[in-house]
Amino acid sequence: MTDTTTTPPEIGGIGHSVKRVEDARLIEGQGNFLDDIALPGMLHMALVRSPVAHARINGIDTEAATAVDGVLAVVTGELMDQHGLAWMPTLSGDTQAVLATDKVRYQGQEVAAVIATDPYAAADGAELVDVDYEMLDAITTPQQSLADGAELIRDEKEDQTDNLAYTWETGDEAATEAAFAAADRVVSLTTHYPRSHPAPLETCGIVADVNSVTGQATIYMTSQAPHAHRTLFALVAGLPEQNIRIVSPDIGGGFGNKVPIYPGYVVATAASLLIGQPVKWVETRTGNLISTGFGRDYYMTGELALTNDGRIQAMRVDMLSDQGAFYSDAQPTRYRAGLFHVCTGSYDFPHAHIKCRGAFTNKAPGGVAYRCSFRITEASYLIERLMQTAADELGIDPAELRLRNFIQPEQFPYETATGFVYDSGDYPTALRKALDAAGYEELRAEQAAAREEGRLVGIGIAHFTEAVGAGPAHTYDIAGLKMIDSAELRVHPTGKAILKLGVKTQGQGHETTFAQIVAEETGIPATDIKVIHGDTDDTPYGLGTYASRSTPVGGAATAMVARKIADKARHIAAHLLEAAPEDIERTADKFHVAGSPDQAVSIQDAAFAAYTNLPEGMEYGLEDVTYYNPPNLTFPYGSYVVVVDVDPDTGVWKVRRMVALDDCGVRINPMIVEGQIHGGLTEGFAMSSMQWITFDDDGNCIGSNFMDYLIPTAWETPRFELLETVTPSPHHPIGAKGIGESATVGSPAAFVNAVVDALAHLGVRNIDMPVLPDRVWEAIDTATA
Amino acid sequence: MEITININGSDHTADVEPRLLLVDHIRTGAGLTGTHIGCDTTSCGVCTVLVDGTPVKSCTMLAVQADGREVTTVEGLKSADGLHPVQQAFSDEHGLQCGFCTPAMMLVGAALIDDNPDPSDDEVRWAISGNLCRCTGYMNIVKAIQAAAAAASSNGDS
Repeated sequence: MTDTTTTPPEIGGIGHSVKRVEDARLIEGQGNFLDDIALPGMLHMALVRSPVAHARINGIDTEAATAVDGVLAVVTGELMDQHGLAWMPTLSGDTQAVLATDKVRYQGQEVAAVIATDPYAAADGAELVDVDYEMLDAITTPQQSLADGAELIRDEKEDQTDNLAYTWETGDEAATEAAFAAADRVVSLTTHYPRSHPAPLETCGIVADVNSVTGQATIYMTSQAPHAHRTLFALVAGLPEQNIRIVSPDIGGGFGNKVPIYPGYVVATAASLLIGQPVKWVETRTGNLISTGFGRDYYMTGELALTNDGRIQAMRVDMLSDQGAFYSDAQPTRYRAGLFHVCTGSYDFPHAHIKCRGAFTNKAPGGVAYRCSFRITEASYLIERLMQTAADELGIDPAELRLRNFIQPEQFPYETATGFVYDSGDYPTALRKALDAAGYEELRAEQAAAREEGRLVGIGIAHFTEAVGAGPAHTYDIAGLKMIDSAELRVHPTGKAILKLGVKTQGQGHETTFAQIVAEETGIPATDIKVIHGDTDDTPYGLGTYASRSTPVGGAATAMVARKIADKARHIAAHLLEAAPEDIERTADKFHVAGSPDQAVSIQDAAFAAYTNLPEGMEYGLEDVTYYNPPNLTFPYGSYVVVVDVDPDTGVWKVRRMVALDDCGVRINPMIVEGQIHGGLTEGFAMSSMQWITFDDDGNCIGSNFMDYLIPTAWETPRFELLETVTPSPHHPIGAKGIGESATVGSPAAFVNAVVDALAHLGVRNIDMPVLPDRVWEAIDTATA
Repeated sequence: MEITININGSDHTADVEPRLLLVDHIRTGAGLTGTHIGCDTTSCGVCTVLVDGTPVKSCTMLAVQADGREVTTVEGLKSADGLHPVQQAFSDEHGLQCGFCTPAMMLVGAALIDDNPDPSDDEVRWAISGNLCRCTGYMNIVKAIQAAAAAASSNGDS
């Protein structure tokens, strides 16, 4: 492992595998998750959801529900409409029904809410709300949706005459077409990245506490972005922003699912406002899976123009996106298909053209960045599957094909055909290291021998490049809010500190790693720094934690504010040492006069002096805040090699080896980084092997609970072998790039490439995810028939 | 119905509806919120507690079925001697991230090493295969339970 430490273990700065401070409460059952919050007089809310995918609402009878013992109120869309809250804006500029007033547009859509004194009574009441539905045909695929004569799903929108949600394109079409016309070879792949769901083990929830006397709204909420949510609450509900306090407590996993604002949050807040008591709503698992932010659901056709010796000349992509009933991707405003245009991957070629259409269907809305930075998982999958296809079609080894096309280390910063400027990388070294660790040459020899014996062995490679850490204010905003982030650092007289963040952990360990950044930059031991996050009354503004942006943006803000503090402390040290500030040098834990290491004071001495003994003209105190506007995204990358054994008789495939090399720049806490990679690889394995949400022709969701929506257990999950290279980001203050999502982005293609590679000699070129055994068997059967 | 359940060594008597789930009784009745709810269908296992020493998913057991029995929750793992070896090992081995599945995982681990002082990787994976984790990829959970087994054995030997 690369040692990047500059501080001793007792300081615990960057590079130390410091044990997590979060663990102490979590291992004793003392975490404070949303459902653990109980307020005096708190009421409970249950949602009534549509059992059908598309229907007109002719009436809602709430009489029987209201009569249930303990039920206080039944809220319908009509009541919400009286307060102007029957509809709300989405994060992609569309509108979404809070409670349906006209039609239901997907199974699971929120139709009414029952407020009761306990959750069992609320559930009883919800069972008895009687909705008169007039059935309409359900549209369950984007292809049906955009066909001539398809029923209009969004008939409430003025000017909407079809089911098209958006169109988007980027790149140089003319140059790309010219390159394709001149190409020796054109390789294409059509594939569906299926609908998936982040499914954190804790569902979404809220405790809304609106004080009718003071107007103070304290909202406890499973939020990955509490500050942005506060602003949106102010804009949507018309509440004064200074009276809204969002508290995001311990979060039981987010993975993008807890970025959007959901109808349940709005209804519970309105109910608390109207009734004058706190209202709790905790989603059921089925509610979570059938109504909240799904991920993916892209139908993609990608093509590469190549020379005969495998040099890529251009890339062309045409996509159709299934958006569900409302267009509510959580993504930067200017990009309708997220950052999909990172699909040129790790390769050096001049031209690309990408176009995408999004279609409304009778399915749940979402399109969240499920453990990914806005559609880059789909992008990475497409290019890495295309590389496998091209290798098979051209008869070039897939590792060799990548090596021939890689952006070379000396080309960084490298501007891609779609306009990203990659910050740094050494792709050939990374791939060669991963191949060596896997024993690639020996594996290919074994594969050839196995084929002679009728056994199927596959070796899958993926070399991905991510674009994370959104982002520079000139380009990136969500709902108009620039994607900056912040950190505030207060050092108390005894030298102990509080760090307040605009980002918010969901298990990534911010309370540990962000303290390490401060320790590195100031010399204050990490154990002396308390990290506060998630409470909008107590932290500076930020856009929150998703898209791997905590370390690239919030981490940079933390380093910069710590540098401001260290600089002021240096001036105080100069005063204490009776030297000029420019003569003061800082070591890991001391300020000393240059050339005289014995003439030194500690950061703690300087902190005490900040409140007791200051140089003339200096302001008292030792605290500051930084709002960080990143100059660029960061571009983590990795090389993954997967070895599978496929049973030709059943199509069952097993992962024999999974070698994962990640380069995320400087690693703040290697232990935590490796934990993030383990988790990300597991979600990549899940999507490639079993985890998807489908619908029948009537729009019934298949995958509405954990018996139908399969998540790998410890028994199925492979063992992982991790490797690293460290190529710092040149523009990030501490050289870090972000790691939370890399493995989920990069690994699905590696797993699928491995299975396809096992069957490549039979002529198999593609199996869509999830690569279920019956699909593998069918591919073998068709190829050998 | 009046029931008495011994939770973490103390008797809790309460008058409950027959339909009350054990997990709701533990969380709301006894106020022990370290036991979580994740799926409502006995699939994810975050509600796992020990009933008479055996892991049970408390979202699929009625509180009245636990009448007269001993229930151990995460809050009962620690003793006067300090943290249970699984608690220490989960922290040492980075066996948790968001912490939502952790109480259940630790209880299953504690029950396993009670029966099997030296579980193999496969034995641990099989034991926790009724418990989902979305964060860790299980590798460090397996390491933690094995480390806890080793620590418990060496404590027992000394």
